[in-house]
Amino acid sequence: MGKSQYELNKELAQMLKGGVIMDVTTPEQAKIAEAAGACAVMALERIPADIRAAGGVSRMSDPKMIKGIQQAVSIPVMAKCRIGHFAEAQILEAIEIDYIDESEVLSPADDRYHIDKTKFKVPFVCGARDLGEALRRINEGASMIRTKGEPGTGDVVQAVRHMRMMQAEIRRIVSMSEDELFEAAKQLQVPYDLVRSVHETGRLPVVNFAAGGVATPADAALMMQLGAEGVFVGSGIFKSGNPAKRAAAIVKAVTNFNDAKMLAELSEDLGEAMVGINEQEIQLLMAERGK
Amino acid sequence: MRIGILALQGDFAEHEAMIRRTDGGAGTLLIRRKRDLEVPIDALVLPGGESTTMKKLLVDLGLFEPVRGMILSGLPVYGTCAGLILLAREVEGGEPCFGTMDITVKRNAYGRQLGSFFTTGDFGDMKDVPMTFIRAPYIVRTGGKAVPLASVNGRIVAAREGNQLVTAFHPELNDDLRVYNYFLGKKR
Repeated sequence: MGKSQYELNKELAQMLKGGVIMDVTTPEQAKIAEAAGACAVMALERIPADIRAAGGVSRMSDPKMIKGIQQAVSIPVMAKCRIGHFAEAQILEAIEIDYIDESEVLSPADDRYHIDKTKFKVPFVCGARDLGEALRRINEGASMIRTKGEPGTGDVVQAVRHMRMMQAEIRRIVSMSEDELFEAAKQLQVPYDLVRSVHETGRLPVVNFAAGGVATPADAALMMQLGAEGVFVGSGIFKSGNPAKRAAAIVKAVTNFNDAKMLAELSEDLGEAMVGINEQEIQLLMAERGK
Repeated sequence: MRIGILALQGDFAEHEAMIRRTDGGAGTLLIRRKRDLEVPIDALVLPGGESTTMKKLLVDLGLFEPVRGMILSGLPVYGTCAGLILLAREVEGGEPCFGTMDITVKRNAYGRQLGSFFTTGDFGDMKDVPMTFIRAPYIVRTGGKAVPLASVNGRIVAAREGNQLVTAFHPELNDDLRVYNYFLGKKR
């Protein structure tokens, strides 16, 4: 009896459940995140809000900067590569990153194909707006899924939309008769076996986190109550007035997402939240990248 | 029988599913805040996950002292992976958490995720126990009354000291209930 690297990679995501993964740009920020209780960090040169502000092409971060963060903390370190940019992914694998995020936050390198993630030993997490996208990414070898949300906005509306969409579609698949699953697979443009797995288990075959626009403990609790198994927080922490305090509050909110009294205490005196941009004010919809 | 599972972060749901399936079944209670400790429990599981996260939450949520007290007063406790680190008296290059078990642990001892692996091995007198190691620690030293129970490639990966049981691997990720039955004294 053996176990594939893919199984082990899905299981690493299981260890992250109930936790918060935080975007960090320096070893100092990584240490603040770890001390606040982050279960992993995402190492990147610029957080999504700054990528948005700067414009231009956004790429994988400098491996030296990522290595600095790997040395600074003992928790898992993730990093982003561009959609379809398998050479960037190879580089991240070479520096033994714990998880690669094939991310729409960076400029896509390929407008047709995602990375064939089955060719890699390191695990991948990918964004999805609905069940079809999620299952297509899993079929390509992703061992963890997150909602796309709309990164760098501090606006949670799209993460909510994506999570609700995924959960509603899962419920629809569960309620289908077996002969309807073939047609569902055709409509979702995904293999029948994955649809069947959702039908039988009532969930994605991998761990599913919320991401994109989470800025407050209440946002994090909202996503958990909607069915997320953990939360990514990007710009929301280090673009706020008191990052250490806000980070710790969001970590506690994810653990006790059903305890409104505790959430009320956690939401007090956090200082200024990130300013945020409304969905209607955005020029660039990152969630539209890679389908 | 009611088994408490520390549910601050990590794969507590997988432990819960396994415990319910042990011989004769067992009830479970997820422990997330101080008032969850008001319900009496017969044993406690510290799951896999990130030990730094759990340690921070134990302290911030006021669970650290009461849970440590329960362990010291003899409550059976089982720590897997991160849970092992929480119980260890010494953590190489880090600070201990409960520090109630006389072992020294090396964190991320097999390296990063690429070093994660699966094997089978002997555990006490049980043969071919499936062992999944995810960014796992191992035990560098056991002292006092702590007794090694399993080794992989010459490294100690399971130990027991009185009421405390630890494994560096994750039995909750396989379909084999023997380690749970052993912990809960349900061994056939």
